[in-house]
Amino acid sequence: MPDINHRSPKEIMTLSRLGSFYQSKLSFLRSFIREFKDWEFNKDLFELDKDGYGTAVYSVKKDSRAYSLVCFANKLNSIERSDRVIATKWDAAFVLHDGIPTKDDIDRLKENVPKQEVGRVSYKELALSRANKSVRVFEHTVDALASGRQPDENIVKDVGYLYRTTAVYGSGKFGLADRYRIKERSEICGPFRLEMMLVYLVRQFTFDQVNHMAKSRNPNKAVKLSDDIARNLGIGNSTGLGMAPFIVNHPTLLHNWIYSREDALKQIRSIQKVEIKDFDKFKECFEKSKLNINTWKTDSEYQTNKINILIKDLEVFEKNYLLDFEFNENFLWNNLYLWIEKELSEEGIEYIVSMLMEPYDNIVNPLVENMSAEEDLYFDIPGERLVSNLINIIKNNYSNILDIDFDSPNEIANFWFISKNKEEPRVANRHEEEGSELEQPLAIARDVSKLFKRLKDYDSSKTIAEFLMANNDLRHAVRRCFIIEKFPYSEIQDNTIGSQLVPIDMLRLKLSFFGAQKFDPRSDKWLRINMYQGAPLINELKNTDDTWIYNRL
Amino acid sequence: MRTSSEIETISKRATKAAGFPWGIAEEVGKNIKNLELLGVSGVENLNQYLKLVKGVETFGPKEISSENKIEPNSFCPFYTGSALLDSASKVEEIKNLTLYSIDFPILLIPFINRLSDRIGKKIKLQIDEYNFLLNLNKFISSDSDLNGLIIENAKIVKIEVQENIDSFQNKVWDQLYELSSETFVEETDRLKENAAGAGLADND
Repeated sequence: MPDINHRSPKEIMTLSRLGSFYQSKLSFLRSFIREFKDWEFNKDLFELDKDGYGTAVYSVKKDSRAYSLVCFANKLNSIERSDRVIATKWDAAFVLHDGIPTKDDIDRLKENVPKQEVGRVSYKELALSRANKSVRVFEHTVDALASGRQPDENIVKDVGYLYRTTAVYGSGKFGLADRYRIKERSEICGPFRLEMMLVYLVRQFTFDQVNHMAKSRNPNKAVKLSDDIARNLGIGNSTGLGMAPFIVNHPTLLHNWIYSREDALKQIRSIQKVEIKDFDKFKECFEKSKLNINTWKTDSEYQTNKINILIKDLEVFEKNYLLDFEFNENFLWNNLYLWIEKELSEEGIEYIVSMLMEPYDNIVNPLVENMSAEEDLYFDIPGERLVSNLINIIKNNYSNILDIDFDSPNEIANFWFISKNKEEPRVANRHEEEGSELEQPLAIARDVSKLFKRLKDYDSSKTIAEFLMANNDLRHAVRRCFIIEKFPYSEIQDNTIGSQLVPIDMLRLKLSFFGAQKFDPRSDKWLRINMYQGAPLINELKNTDDTWIYNRL
Repeated sequence: MRTSSEIETISKRATKAAGFPWGIAEEVGKNIKNLELLGVSGVENLNQYLKLVKGVETFGPKEISSENKIEPNSFCPFYTGSALLDSASKVEEIKNLTLYSIDFPILLIPFINRLSDRIGKKIKLQIDEYNFLLNLNKFISSDSDLNGLIIENAKIVKIEVQENIDSFQNKVWDQLYELSSETFVEETDRLKENAAGAGLADND
């Protein structure tokens, strides 16, 4: 038996590696579909005028449980349409309601949901979102359908969605139910499952809306959007820095996500005899997915370079490994992994790691159940432990970052802050901008490094409680050290404030776990992605195959 | 109604803005959320305390002992609570502690409640004339109406770790045990031989 271990956090938790992650069977939109494929989906209300403005309600039911998406489509002048979080109006606003909303609920929500952050929802609501039309695709699609033909596939394919969400809020924001109210429900045990439900239902609304508008424009001639085209439309998402602090602020959750991925890989590499059907599944997904890479369009030089590296890696993998491949060898997946680790870049390695999971429901599905976190359980600092213990924890878990020279201006070039006007995270140059005294506690590497220096000058036989009485300014860093001791993948092992920081690497990590595809950076701080492209339509859910994500687009 | 998540986030940020370190602000965010869930005026006490100390130096104990004073100043509930929580095993060992002069002591309660959970023992807390029983961070009982209670400064705060003892007499336990034993089946010789699978003798 070869010596197969989890990959080291020091290797995996770097920004460049995390920024090379891809969707996988663990991704939340895929686990949402697996969980909800047997539920009953209904369109309960659809009161839109001829221009597509009005209210709609979709419900998802099983046994005595129901969730409803309440949609409000509004008129928006093109000058008001903006993806920036500072926008105040959107083409449509959505809320996921717990149960079936009454008329009073809908009236209440109509007053508040379109206002988003300045409105107020209640504990009866679970997720809140808004979206803007992709004007080019939306208008083209309605025009085409009203004229009795399907939209031009090239135009549709180029963008990949009719609407693009610009924020999806959950867990206690703006009056939404706190997670503790609902966390015991088994169907939503995976992270962001309600947000995934909202986005999936929004996708259906966008199809119904274009069909309705086309029919209203030309009742005699209009046709319905074909299932094939609809299936290949997802929901876009425009996302900025808000996601980056999340992964720093939720260390145990981050660990559970990454650990699940690493544990799946370890279990797969440990399979001694790979079955032919499993190998065929891997190969099938690999072949199909490769074709879709050509549809990943971006103007970003950074992302184009990453895509080109991936394409080259996959060519090398096919030519130099798959062609001479000996199926009957023991520990086939482990041998394959060791080869890609040696020969490919981070992009290629992580892409194939995702592919390796495809044949193994039995390995992946139980891991999905462990991807939430009870963060409060690990919040308290064990004050009775000794300073010497903490020094060892830092040496063992943060050795990468102890080498960084935080006295160098380049290594502290950036600071994270919350903008006063929109209460959203931002990053700015510390040496050029005002406000670094209000820095958010996201420079973990720098603070742990500072803590390490201070601990070395302290009596190592003293307790942490004694140390903290004089050093509470580093309390947040002490807490994280005790968390990483139990959760080794809880921390980005990199400098999150250096001049080389590419914030979208942090975004891509989170979005890959969402199951997003088509990363399209619009700058180093925000990007567009696509969710559910290729996903089964509501009427196809019951018979769907989990590998839908690789369907030819 | 504000959600727990909003209460935690705003309390944390406000505490930081008043001049406390992030690590302390994190503690306060959790604490205020818990106080509000328990029906105690956490937000109100916090707001008043932060107004008082914004930009002003505040003090915690330099060590934990049975008698704690910081004359001529008064103790900050955050630094004091954190120090007590971090020193949970020492507090358990000392058992009875007194703190002299502490500002906004209601804000100390969640720290002591968490301390109770950490050591697995109930804690009696006396804040001047107000008495509280803190029960493993599960609930707070008091002989006073806690709704809207704001105490700007307490002259004396006493912490008394309670030993885990039964709240009932043995006689009562015996009666309950007797009743519970009615779910048992009387074993016949045949059952003695067969039902455990080891026979009547289990000697080598």
